[in-house]
Amino acid sequence: MKRFTGDLQSCNYEVSESGQGGITLHVQGKMDASNAATMIETFSDLVKDRQPRSLTVDLQKVSYLDDFGALVLVETRKMMSNGKNHFCLQNVNDEASKVLSILHFESLEKGDPFRKKRPPAMLIRLGEATIHHASDLKFLLSFLGSVCLSLLHVCLHPKSLRRDDTFLCMQKTGVDALPIVGLISFLLGLIMAFMSSVQLRQFGADIYVASLVSLSMTRELGPIMTAIIVAGRSGSAFAAEIGTMKISEEIDALFTMGFDPTRFLVIPKIIASIIVVPLLTLFSDVFAIIGGLVVGILTLDLTANAYITQTIKTLTLFDVFLGVFKSGVFALLIAWIGCLRGFQVKGGASSVGQATTSAVVSSIFLIILFNSVFSVILRYWE
Amino acid sequence: MARQAVIQVRDLVARYGEDIIFDRVSFDVYEGEIFVVLGGSGCGKSTLLKHLVGLISPDSGQVIIGGDDISRCDDATFQNVLKKIGVLYQGAALFGSMTLSENVALPIIEYTDLPQRSVATLVRMKLGLVDLDGYENHLPSEISGGMKKRAGLARAMALNPKILFFDEPSAGLDPVTSAELDNLIVHLNRSFGTTIVIVTHELQSIFAVAHRVIMLDKHARGIIAEGDPEYLRDHSQNPFVRQFFNRQTKKNRDGTEEK
Repeated sequence: MKRFTGDLQSCNYEVSESGQGGITLHVQGKMDASNAATMIETFSDLVKDRQPRSLTVDLQKVSYLDDFGALVLVETRKMMSNGKNHFCLQNVNDEASKVLSILHFESLEKGDPFRKKRPPAMLIRLGEATIHHASDLKFLLSFLGSVCLSLLHVCLHPKSLRRDDTFLCMQKTGVDALPIVGLISFLLGLIMAFMSSVQLRQFGADIYVASLVSLSMTRELGPIMTAIIVAGRSGSAFAAEIGTMKISEEIDALFTMGFDPTRFLVIPKIIASIIVVPLLTLFSDVFAIIGGLVVGILTLDLTANAYITQTIKTLTLFDVFLGVFKSGVFALLIAWIGCLRGFQVKGGASSVGQATTSAVVSSIFLIILFNSVFSVILRYWE
Repeated sequence: MARQAVIQVRDLVARYGEDIIFDRVSFDVYEGEIFVVLGGSGCGKSTLLKHLVGLISPDSGQVIIGGDDISRCDDATFQNVLKKIGVLYQGAALFGSMTLSENVALPIIEYTDLPQRSVATLVRMKLGLVDLDGYENHLPSEISGGMKKRAGLARAMALNPKILFFDEPSAGLDPVTSAELDNLIVHLNRSFGTTIVIVTHELQSIFAVAHRVIMLDKHARGIIAEGDPEYLRDHSQNPFVRQFFNRQTKKNRDGTEEK
């Protein structure tokens, strides 16, 4: 006779031999969640040690049995039937048999609910991916079309623009972003001036620091940095907002109320972005030039007057307009891709997260791509 | 036989800012009973439930579950209390990125030492209990509202809690599905002796499952009736209570009919 105690208060058992290699387990006490894990382990060791021909579990003294207890029995039965050996229960009281019957104890077959679906063959996956991307592309095009149509509609009927939403969006995208855009641009101008001054000083070309900072900022870095900040701040917010509206059926509500979701949600965001992002870019240029000016005065012995005169001499109106025009295009891209990703949300919360990530990544990619295109065009145009 | 109170609520006060939702509410829930909290919209049913499961700490008063005052006990005790309760939320609140079996397995894996293989079997049993065998690998977005509720129930029961809380179990379900869920609730109560607390205003469910009800009222800011639902329907002194149970339209608050 052997007793099972362990650190679990509520249960112990006795083993008795019943001849012809069979054993009987007399379980006593509670069989519940608190001791199920230990019991499974102990019984499996017991079965492995003794290799009994048949196993009977006597439940006469079991005071409480729930589905964790039933699990112990199922697991024990499984271990026995692996070796094609006999398993049975005896003295099952009313309450226990009620629990066992609602759990379909007799018919619980083996099976693993965690089995993953087997990945399909490579050709099938290739085909599925192709179809997936094609339908993505189709959605992208139809969304582009619907945005163009809505924009046209708003141009023809300016009153249909949701003005309050647009102003609110201008505030969130533009005004609220000004401090961070200003700070980053200022530091960027500072760094550029500082790094270039080390080189230019060797040639006594200190004054060209002003040209370098102002030209590179207005033409390239200003629009790009501003666009990246806006993509991170607002593009992600557009995707998350629309995505959440999509999963909580708010988009459906708009549709059945007779509103065009694109005109209602997307157009204010696009118009607001196209207005404020170029303005932010101008601010960014100015702050960067101030950053350069600070370095010029403090480390290069330039006068403020000389620095500003050089800056004005370098910059043409075309450079400034080019930067502003580019940032307008970037703004369109950011708002468009942000809203697109929002509308692509399907399912639950994790999909919103994916859409947000994807909105930022795609807009940064598109910003750089379009910037390269502009550079190539300008190279042959000027 | 003296019944043991598993939940004791003492002088509970809840307020949002200036608004007092209910004022000094006290009641007991006894072991093994199906207890229903009911009342009209806006009377603080859901707020009361959030107090009972510790999502909101009370403004003043106590909520005692199994002897521990959950508003004042330390963190470890509170964690222990949480293991004794399960909650089925109105929208089931299944985790959308996990399959049904992963949803149900989550608490089992985290809080027990069962081997992986046994967890799988246990999850099958739990899902079988709510008639969802065969849906182990479905995502919550792929099943219907009633099935989500049942899967949420399977998750709430994963660790065989002593007390189960239901927030509007019949909300958004058709009468047949809703009746099935009621049956399941009664079944669980009988088989496992689980104490069940339900917040609802669905009359049919109340009559089908409730052993005892309390009724909250917006104007009284507290309990206006307590007892057996059928008795209250026929014999309550308060005309508003009879009106609620008989599904009549509003009468004047002093009890005179408007018609």
